[in-house]
Amino acid sequence: MNSRNFILSIFGFFLYFAVQVFVLKNVVLFGTAFSFLYVIYILIFPIEVKTIPLMIISFIMGFSIDMFYDTLGMHTASLVLVAFLRKSWLNVHTPTGGFDDNTPPTVLNMGFGWFLTYALPLLFIHHLTFFFIDYIGSDYYLLVIIRTFSSVVFTFMLGIVTQMLFYKKKRGI
Amino acid sequence: MQRILLFLYSLRVFIIFIALETIAIWLIVSYNSPQGAVFFNSSNHITGNFLETRENVTGYFTLGIANEGLAEKNAELLTRLEYLTHPRDSAYIDLDSAFASAHEFRSAKVINNSIRFNQNHITLNKGRRHGVREGMGVFNEQGVIGRVKGVTNNFSTVISLLHTELLLSSKIKASDVFGSTKWDGKNPTQAKLLYVPRHVRVNKGDTVITSGYNAIFPEGINIGIVDEVGSGPETNYLDITINLTTDFSRLTFVYLVENVMQVELDSLNRASEIINE
Repeated sequence: MNSRNFILSIFGFFLYFAVQVFVLKNVVLFGTAFSFLYVIYILIFPIEVKTIPLMIISFIMGFSIDMFYDTLGMHTASLVLVAFLRKSWLNVHTPTGGFDDNTPPTVLNMGFGWFLTYALPLLFIHHLTFFFIDYIGSDYYLLVIIRTFSSVVFTFMLGIVTQMLFYKKKRGI
Repeated sequence: MQRILLFLYSLRVFIIFIALETIAIWLIVSYNSPQGAVFFNSSNHITGNFLETRENVTGYFTLGIANEGLAEKNAELLTRLEYLTHPRDSAYIDLDSAFASAHEFRSAKVINNSIRFNQNHITLNKGRRHGVREGMGVFNEQGVIGRVKGVTNNFSTVISLLHTELLLSSKIKASDVFGSTKWDGKNPTQAKLLYVPRHVRVNKGDTVITSGYNAIFPEGINIGIVDEVGSGPETNYLDITINLTTDFSRLTFVYLVENVMQVELDSLNRASEIINE
């Protein structure tokens, strides 16, 4: 990771965090579709970053968001899980010819088809974990399924739009 | 020995993953226990200040609704004041202090709120410095909102009525039948009234109010209107759905109520070994 990417990553951390807790916290479509855009930040983190630093970044990110959501530990647990699974999923899901150096796996760099199959399962795991922890103690499991599916779709679409608008091709974030 | 260390080193990612997840789960569990740590949530100093700054900006958009609510409350209080004013042509005796009010009221402003999860919390801009204590009731001119969970110097966190583990002692106004209001996590405008026995006649449109039994709220604050009465899966109790009178999506100014005789009441209950909820 070169110094430019490093600085942009730190900047991106605060930007995603601020947008999540001040804007997207209040955006819930139809009462079921939540937008957890900060997961996209972890998903499109530069590939050469190892799992351990990524998990620590996820932990800090999840914990800060939890403080504002009053859901202590819930975002943290699900985001660390995503960070843990990301490396193995990337290894399974390598495109032909491998990854280029210093290229974040964004939709612009990798193509829509690849990004769809890469992001959807991880988003699904994150949302399912989150809503399952939230559900413990109540008895409407159907709500977990509905919320998970609608939120995955909503977060994914927001993620695509964000990358289209604010990211450049073949350049770090 | 070296082999063991090498083996552990090859598992380092997994070990750190387990460690981080354990911390996260510990946080979830400790926060959801009744005596949960209050430091790491939206009422701590840094988070509270951020939220208050945001509320200072976005608060202007809801001023109209806030004013309407306050005006409504004022009108209601003026009507009540009319009853209490003594006409000049009659004599009055001051009653014994046994009839003195047991409740004290304070006001606060909502700076953070959520309604879409199963466990929703609200943050208020008043804290210990302003006299807020753990366990105080929170309501506004529409109805009950929740109970204070944690207090820091300048902010406090409230368990919303929209929290699947909060039970609120309540009664039906028309028949004085007691029950407990509990949110089922489905719809932020509706809740369930539990433990109303089958032989009671409950009509659609009956008002549900606080009972004053759990000593958090005074008697008679609105909770909801009965929407549906069914037989339900439990054999002994009715399945009652109520429409909440409070619009949780538009909370601005709220009132906090403290029962000044709570300590006395609690020690009495403890002395006579009564568990009161």
